[in-house]
Amino acid sequence: MSQARLWGSLWLAEWRERPGRLLVAVLALALGVALASAVHLVNRTALDEFEQAARRLVGEADFVVRGAPGGFAEALYPAVARMPGVAVASPVLELSATVFSARAAAPRALVLPILALDPLRAAQLQPALLGDLAGALRGLFSPDGIFLSARAAAELGVRKGDSFEVLVGTARRRLEVLGLLAESAYPRMLGLMDIAAAQWVFGRLGVLDRIDVRVATGASASAVRAAIVPLLPAGVSIAAPVVDSARIASATRAYRVNLDMLALVAVLTGGFLVLATQSLSILRRRAALGLLRALGVTRGALRRALVIEGTLFGVVGAAVGVFVGQEVGAVLLRAFAGDLGAGQFRGVAEAPVLQPLEALAFVVAGTLVAAAASWLPAHEAAARPPARALKSGDAEALRAGVRPWRGGLVLIGCGTVLASLPALHGLPVFGYGAIAALLAGGVLLVPGIARHVLAMWPPPRRAPLALAVAQLRGSIAQASIGLAAVIVSFSLMVAMAIMVHSFRVSFVDWLGRSLPADLQLRLGGDSDTAALDEPSQARLAAIDGVERAEFRRTFRVSLRRGATPVHVVAAPLAAAHAPARLAIVASAPVAQPRDVAPLWASEAMQDLYGWQPGEEVTLPIAGRAIRFRVAGVYRDYGRSTGSVVLSRALYQSLTHDRSANEGVFDLAPGASPAAVVRAMHEAVDAGAALQIRTTREVRERSLANFDRAFAVTYALEAIAVLIGLLGVGVSAAATALARRGEFGMLRHIGFLRRQVLAMLAGEGALTSAIGVACALALGGALSVVLVRVVNRQSFLWSIDLAVPWGLLAGLVLALLASAAATAFVSGRAALTGDAVRAVREDW
Amino acid sequence: MKRRPKAWTIALLLAAAGAAAGPPPPVVPGYVLAFPRDRGSHPAFLTEWWYATGWLRTPAGEDLGFQITFFRSRQPEADANPSAFAPRQIVIAHAALADPAFGRLRHDQRIAREGFGLAGAQTDDTRVWIDDWRLERDAAGYALQASSESFSLRLALVPTQAPMLNGEAGYSRKGAAPLAASYYYSEPQLRVRGEIGRDGRRDAVTGEAWLDHEWSSEPLEPGAVGWDWVGLNIAGGGALMAFRIRDGRGGVRHAGGTLRTPAGTTRALAPTEIVFTPLRHWRSPRTGIDYPVEWRLQAGTFDARLEPLMDDQESDSRATTGAIYWEGAVRARAAGRVIARGYLELTGYGEPLSLR
Repeated sequence: MSQARLWGSLWLAEWRERPGRLLVAVLALALGVALASAVHLVNRTALDEFEQAARRLVGEADFVVRGAPGGFAEALYPAVARMPGVAVASPVLELSATVFSARAAAPRALVLPILALDPLRAAQLQPALLGDLAGALRGLFSPDGIFLSARAAAELGVRKGDSFEVLVGTARRRLEVLGLLAESAYPRMLGLMDIAAAQWVFGRLGVLDRIDVRVATGASASAVRAAIVPLLPAGVSIAAPVVDSARIASATRAYRVNLDMLALVAVLTGGFLVLATQSLSILRRRAALGLLRALGVTRGALRRALVIEGTLFGVVGAAVGVFVGQEVGAVLLRAFAGDLGAGQFRGVAEAPVLQPLEALAFVVAGTLVAAAASWLPAHEAAARPPARALKSGDAEALRAGVRPWRGGLVLIGCGTVLASLPALHGLPVFGYGAIAALLAGGVLLVPGIARHVLAMWPPPRRAPLALAVAQLRGSIAQASIGLAAVIVSFSLMVAMAIMVHSFRVSFVDWLGRSLPADLQLRLGGDSDTAALDEPSQARLAAIDGVERAEFRRTFRVSLRRGATPVHVVAAPLAAAHAPARLAIVASAPVAQPRDVAPLWASEAMQDLYGWQPGEEVTLPIAGRAIRFRVAGVYRDYGRSTGSVVLSRALYQSLTHDRSANEGVFDLAPGASPAAVVRAMHEAVDAGAALQIRTTREVRERSLANFDRAFAVTYALEAIAVLIGLLGVGVSAAATALARRGEFGMLRHIGFLRRQVLAMLAGEGALTSAIGVACALALGGALSVVLVRVVNRQSFLWSIDLAVPWGLLAGLVLALLASAAATAFVSGRAALTGDAVRAVREDW
Repeated sequence: MKRRPKAWTIALLLAAAGAAAGPPPPVVPGYVLAFPRDRGSHPAFLTEWWYATGWLRTPAGEDLGFQITFFRSRQPEADANPSAFAPRQIVIAHAALADPAFGRLRHDQRIAREGFGLAGAQTDDTRVWIDDWRLERDAAGYALQASSESFSLRLALVPTQAPMLNGEAGYSRKGAAPLAASYYYSEPQLRVRGEIGRDGRRDAVTGEAWLDHEWSSEPLEPGAVGWDWVGLNIAGGGALMAFRIRDGRGGVRHAGGTLRTPAGTTRALAPTEIVFTPLRHWRSPRTGIDYPVEWRLQAGTFDARLEPLMDDQESDSRATTGAIYWEGAVRARAAGRVIARGYLELTGYGEPLSLR
């Protein structure tokens, strides 16, 4: 009890005396924890909602028979339904329809996902989705009726009984709103139609996209699957229903893991700051602690007390952080939707809340980081003989015995090896491991490097600077605590800056190569109901001012069960010539044989499916497996899940589908783009569903999207650097305070106050310069890992390395200036007492 | 679970397709019912049902009741849709097993749109089915089959006498207006042999049954809320069908019936010859609806007290037809002796019944 009071007063005295500094350490940790928990919250909420929505759509099916986009012949349905052991077979058509919102004054086109099913069959599999409609199920039989989710009705600005327009080809059809689904039944945009009505309205007679199957009680799902497999035509496969939600999640997983990693870096940097603060405060209390030891407090008790003290910071900081993180997460979700700017998630309905266990996990993690960070100084303080601690001028003893460069070299070696390993489950796990190893290795090497640099430093002429160098030479170990924080945050910032800049440079180059025409036309966005028929194409091509028109048909193809479908572009191709407007990165070494059609594949196809130039591959088109030869590989920043380009003539001969949904147009010299766009809208009456943009608009929009996607990344980086700078400040203050005696002596022997401050500023700048130089080198190495390993493995596209020299120079200057300034400020604080007292204190 | 795709399912699918375009035809007197064609489906009419009920006895001597109904409902709004999924005809089936030892009905229902051979109703003879639930007729008689989690029926129903045409030679009036009518015949005194399953346990059964087949396009007249119906196999070979249609105030809007003597003479009963007098009510603990489950029934020369096999024979088919009703096995007792057994149907005691 009395011991507890003793510690209580020891801690309280320190906290009373330096509340500001303590607050900074707690806040830094809180900031890191807040970031981590906010990012986690955003990720989890978005994924939860996705998963719930996906589950609602699939319902209680045991497995799903799924076709390639475009569907399969409905004759498969009765065959599956009659299969012994099948209790329920529910036929489904999945559509993305272009619809026109009635809400705004100017009609807006949007893509409405429509699930068309036989409600009598589906009610047994999707009770949660259809439960509310039990009484109204037969209303669905209306030939042009649709049920809407509450969200879809709001977006479309319609209520029960209203109607709205949908684009089929370039024609408009009207659908009547039969009713609304409860918000709880389905949170996202959705339309529900009867399968017969949808087949008719959307011209999909005879076609299904999937059959949901539930197996009879007592029958074996795997046996039933095995019996169905022989019935399936090419391109149709059986998937577990959960695969669908996993597929959606995996599409954004890489991006999410990146954000999680950044948040983790913030927590670790906060941990370094706790280390610096605790080192400083223990340093200042060394006499008191020595006295305690002399009075009989054991080494273990002292260490325990100091670790508990640091842990208390951790608990407070982490608790504050979790609270702030919850709020920040909610704000982020409202502002950016669930994707933090990546454009892959659209809108999250629920107010997100951290679960108690999750909150606890973050508090524990933050606390552990703080405890670990305070263990090192506590251990050293406790290990010091009391007699020495009671003597003054002992500061440099701290960590002086540590010679960590061997460990540093080993870690850097490990990092290099890890960087050469392939992705694990589609995630660059080893890439991140490499970054962690390189980072830790770099930090451990800093004292050694700093010592060598200072040893070789020519003695400056002016006394204050000479003293600064000399002082640093003698106190490398202590300075390296502050340096570590700088190096961790700054090297990561450098690496991220180089990575983002490289990406942007490559992206701009890619845009330039893939957008050389004057106008780009798209009908219906990602809809699969809108298409330009041949007369529409002819009308568009004949418009005055259009010099050259090229039409494309895009569609999606599933190449592997559960994988995100591959985007296929059927474009006009001159035989065996690489299509224009592709950023080709590799070509097949030999000429194309005549009997196999050429195909160009994006880099993602190389990584996901192992398609190499020159190789023969098969692609299911119109239910047939068609052989192609990979003529080349191109870069596609538009689709990270894979895309291929093939001949539209071949596509037309296989499918007899002569429609198109994209067009690029070169304008005649002197033609007015605005007039041509107007004429195009007149030629195709699809309203807002017809997007026509000039190449400049496309470029600007793409770059704006790009920058928006990385805005959050920049924000996280900035916070990491801020924490790092706090670390520099605290460690400068530590040094300054510990040397009050020295300052007194200098003043005593005639140093001017100004000269002492100049010395301190010089020391600060010099420390930072060494730190910045190390961080630049380390950051450069890390950026190579980010660009070549993490990026490539996450997003499946390559980036050419480019260094933002200007940005880096600005960052370096800002960092050096702020380091010098903090050293100067804390020096002034240390110099406030009079010289005589300071020297006496040193006695 | 047994689901053999059969050639006939495909054949009748083709036969049924397109057969029902155009407005529903009226029900008129003078139409001559022809068998077996009129045993089949009449897809042009909006509503049609085949309704088999009966008493079963197990080797252990248990008396049980069974009921299976197949409804067909035409959706004219789907006529124009060329999709193979177009819901031109919806087929609904209810099955129930009344077991006094269980205390309430074991019942289940199916609903599906006609098409792909998975559900439908054939036009040339009785053959109506949803997945593995089916009622079909061949030279030997009817075969019916239905199974669910808690019970199953697999029965052969063999006719012992000619069909009984109700009303005026099968034109059965349901109200004052001439168009308020249906085509309606019954097959009483069917001999039953088969197997039932209860919670996994199987029993061979024998018994006697009744089959009704009725089709029309008219809903209940405005003001009618439901009906009471009874079909009884009278000991010795006679049969009685009697019904009345009630209005919302407890009055009778219309009544009708057919009485067949053991000798085989059949007579249509005038509305005034039929009197249903409730004797005892039972309140459903699930829905709170009061059903008159014991009656005195006077129909022509027939006068007996109707007693249920058990009180709780309430069916909840809100998921398919939207109705809650009482449909159960009854005995007819006169002078202390059981003189007939059959089924009693009580509809519209909760909410007014709607036929569509």
